[in-house]
Amino acid sequence: MMRLSILEDMKLTLKVWRQKNANTKGQLVTYKADHVSPDMSFLEMLDVVNEDLIHKGDEPIHFDHDCREGICGACSLHINGRPHGPKQGITTCQLHMRSFNDGDVIVIEPWRAAAFPVIRDLVTDRSAFDRIQHAGGYISVNTGGVPDANCIPISKVVADEALNSATCIGCGACVAACKNASAMLFVSAKVSQMALLPQGQPERYQRVQAMVTQMDQEGFGNCTNTGACEAECPKEISLSNIARMNRDYFAANIFKE
Amino acid sequence: MTLDAKIPEGPLAEKWSKHKFNLKLVNPANKRKYTVIVVGTGLAGASAAASLAELGYNVKAFCFQDSPRRAHSIAAQGGINAAKNYQNDGDSIHRLFYDTIKGGDYRAREGNVYRLAEVSVNIIDQCVAQGVPFAREYGGLLDNRSFGGAQVSRTFYARGQTGQQLLLGAYSALNRQIHAGKVTMFSRHEMMDVVTIDGQAKGIVTRNLVTGNIESHAGHAVLLCTGGYGNVFYLSTNAMGCNVTAAWKAHKRGAFFANPCFTQIHPTCIPVTGDHQSKLTLMSESLRNDGRVWVPKTKELAAKLRNGEIKPADLKEEDRDYFLERKYPSFGNLVPRDVASRNAKEMVDEGRGVGTSGIAVFLDFADAIKRLGEETVREKYGNLFDMYQQITDENPYKQPMRIYPAVHYTMGGLWVDYNLMTTVPGLYALGEANFSDHGANRLGASALMQGLADGYFVIPYTLGDYLASIGPKPVDANHPAFKEAEKEVKAHIKQLLSLKGKKTVDQYHRELGHIMWEYCGMARNEDGLIKAKELISALRKDFWKNAFVCGSNEELNQNLEKASRVADFLELGELMVEDALKRKESCGGHFRIESQTDEGEAKRDDDHYTYVAAWEYKGDDKPETLHKEKLVFENVKLTQRSYK
Ligand SMILES: Cc1cc2nc3c(=O)[nH]c(=O)nc-3n(C[C@H](O)[C@H](O)[C@H](O)COP(=O)(O)OP(=O)(O)OC[C@H]3O[C@@H](n4cnc5c(N)ncnc54)[C@H](O)[C@@H]3O)c2cc1C
Ligand code: FES
Repeated sequence: MMRLSILEDMKLTLKVWRQKNANTKGQLVTYKADHVSPDMSFLEMLDVVNEDLIHKGDEPIHFDHDCREGICGACSLHINGRPHGPKQGITTCQLHMRSFNDGDVIVIEPWRAAAFPVIRDLVTDRSAFDRIQHAGGYISVNTGGVPDANCIPISKVVADEALNSATCIGCGACVAACKNASAMLFVSAKVSQMALLPQGQPERYQRVQAMVTQMDQEGFGNCTNTGACEAECPKEISLSNIARMNRDYFAANIFKE
Repeated sequence: MTLDAKIPEGPLAEKWSKHKFNLKLVNPANKRKYTVIVVGTGLAGASAAASLAELGYNVKAFCFQDSPRRAHSIAAQGGINAAKNYQNDGDSIHRLFYDTIKGGDYRAREGNVYRLAEVSVNIIDQCVAQGVPFAREYGGLLDNRSFGGAQVSRTFYARGQTGQQLLLGAYSALNRQIHAGKVTMFSRHEMMDVVTIDGQAKGIVTRNLVTGNIESHAGHAVLLCTGGYGNVFYLSTNAMGCNVTAAWKAHKRGAFFANPCFTQIHPTCIPVTGDHQSKLTLMSESLRNDGRVWVPKTKELAAKLRNGEIKPADLKEEDRDYFLERKYPSFGNLVPRDVASRNAKEMVDEGRGVGTSGIAVFLDFADAIKRLGEETVREKYGNLFDMYQQITDENPYKQPMRIYPAVHYTMGGLWVDYNLMTTVPGLYALGEANFSDHGANRLGASALMQGLADGYFVIPYTLGDYLASIGPKPVDANHPAFKEAEKEVKAHIKQLLSLKGKKTVDQYHRELGHIMWEYCGMARNEDGLIKAKELISALRKDFWKNAFVCGSNEELNQNLEKASRVADFLELGELMVEDALKRKESCGGHFRIESQTDEGEAKRDDDHYTYVAAWEYKGDDKPETLHKEKLVFENVKLTQRSYK
């Protein structure tokens, strides 16, 4: 196919975490990436490196990805020490090589957290997030037999605020960013969405307790309010969710007594 | 075999309620004796799995991602249709039905489409009850926007992330059932085959993508909710993992494949930038509410724009051609997707395309920003504009977006009857994986509607009828049929891993994509299709000789996963081309150059092609047999579609 880009190729050095599986030790391995177009996305750059590796008979680098447009939450690379790389408010798949310079050295690692064990290379097991949602991330309604949608008026301000929380893509960057590997931002986003909406009220306190209990069982660390999670969140989920969850959690304990 | 669509008798508006009454029920105490296998947990699968579990069935659900929350449905941007008529603008179930039938260029079943329109209203109620934060007006009631192919506002939305919010709603319902122990979830599992016993679907064989284990799962029925196959074109707006494997394996086990050539090419996507491109990004159709599509009036001006001599803003009004508004005054920029896409291609073919490549047209928001203010535009479309800027490094608030059509959706899929059952008893297909409701072209915001309609409101009724008829006798995963299927899957994987040629799997995929786009894309003709058939067949043979597949089975092996999917695409591609070849008319997204009106619009041939093409697999390297399901229209008159 024709080369459409008018921009020059860049040359990069990559240091990539390679780990055969959960039971072996990993290490950083150095690769050269010599034909990188600034128009490429970060994952497309890795695709090109992988094609080279396969041609050479090496194993390609494994990483999670799917939508490649910043919404599925699959991609999860720790790039030069930051979850999803140097830019604010985007995921790894939305990062483009024009954010780097010719000659850069780029270190690529998986999320680091006890609750997210490495499966292979840059792929981690984030099923702990699912289990927290199983514990209470829902409103208990069955299919059918619900009222007409407009019977539940919700102010635009509240609906917008609930959507801000619900925007979380469950990627785990908050955990990866936190020195304690705490999952508070993730959990509080779901708790907040439901706590803000009238539909979420009946189970409000039960929900927060169930989800926090599961979070603790999964081995995530404590929140010490450093705010790194908010700073690195690709969807810019606000710390105020954590405050809201804490309030509900304490209220839940009082109501229980 | 004659195809029986099982459309109930009687007036259109009464078919579904009468049918529901006539379906057999499974008594509540017996439901727990049944196991239902649900493959895929996107909107269709998650809603089906949750609803069936709520009814009391045991459900085993599967997806290849690490979590059900990451299914491709998550990426849907614009919205979901429902005939609520909250805007008092003349919408009704009948109008949604009519718009969908017409939008599909009269190649869908009246009965199915009417049911879809009927249950659309329940979907919105259900989602709101789950806590889906749809957009609201200041008075607190739900807001709507307009989508293509309709003159009413019936699209419900949550900013530009409607699919995400709907999927998280369905995922939460699924999670509740997982917690209750009624659904067992198998993530990072890929279905490799369907198992039939005495002609009935009784389970599946899967590969655990982390360990490589090949496992059998038995059940009383199997639901395929595995999405569309747009990735056969390599470049598409679909997520990277979207594939045809599940549907294709089912096809090889006896499920007919319907209208495989009906592909939707979406008009507003970000153009290709280079050969590294791995996928294309959609700019939601909702943008056509406020964006105006144009190209320069002359080739000369277009050339100047391309080489940077002038900027879009330098072009005076009279030098611009708002071609959709000019040609289709009553629908303007909101014509259906197939029409908008073909017109963009026409402009580019005339040499009036823009951008460095010349393969793009403008989508301009200058007027909207003048009329509404930048803040309002940001509120409506902010995340889409950000996405555009991220990818192109251009600011769409300041200069028009460049867009071009890209493969987006597949109307074709497994043939199903009114109950969503395929031609294999006990095997069902839901959501984009089936062919049922969109005819030859899908209207925007109707896929989410259909996926959730199938999962929440259709399958919970129709599945019971089948289960009641077969009874709850347990199914054994140690049956020889399972062992045989496991053996075949293992042999298939071994064969793939034995490929140690010179070309990567991605190279094959890309080549296949080129062939499909070139000859079976926006415009098709007989010579091209015949050529494509030969090319694909040769490429497939080459793949099985010269491809290179890395690693082993007993590990996470993304290269192997990809190889297995591409192998299936290489077979599907040929069937798509065959189907396009047989359908000599144009209709909806299927544009046969030989069949157009004087004005260059798609010209149907109702006398010869008012049917669903359902293909039967006959064995490796044997031609498939075409079965025709005649489409009967009792309530709408077939006319040449006009959006003028
Ligand atoms: C970018 C984009 C935007 C869109 N926007 C809209 C919109 O605004 N409105 C609208 O109505 N429609 C929209 N669509 C279309 C719509 O999103 C899809 O048609 C719909 O979500 C498909 O849902 P589904 O449940 O059928 O399949 P999917 O969501 O694709 O789910 C497929 C499921 O099957 C699983 N699966 C697949 N194969 C296997 C296998 N072999 N083994 C195990 N599991 C498997 C996957 O893991 C996944 O869980 C959009 C599509 C795209 C690409
Ligand atoms: S791949 Fe989906 S968010 Fe990055």
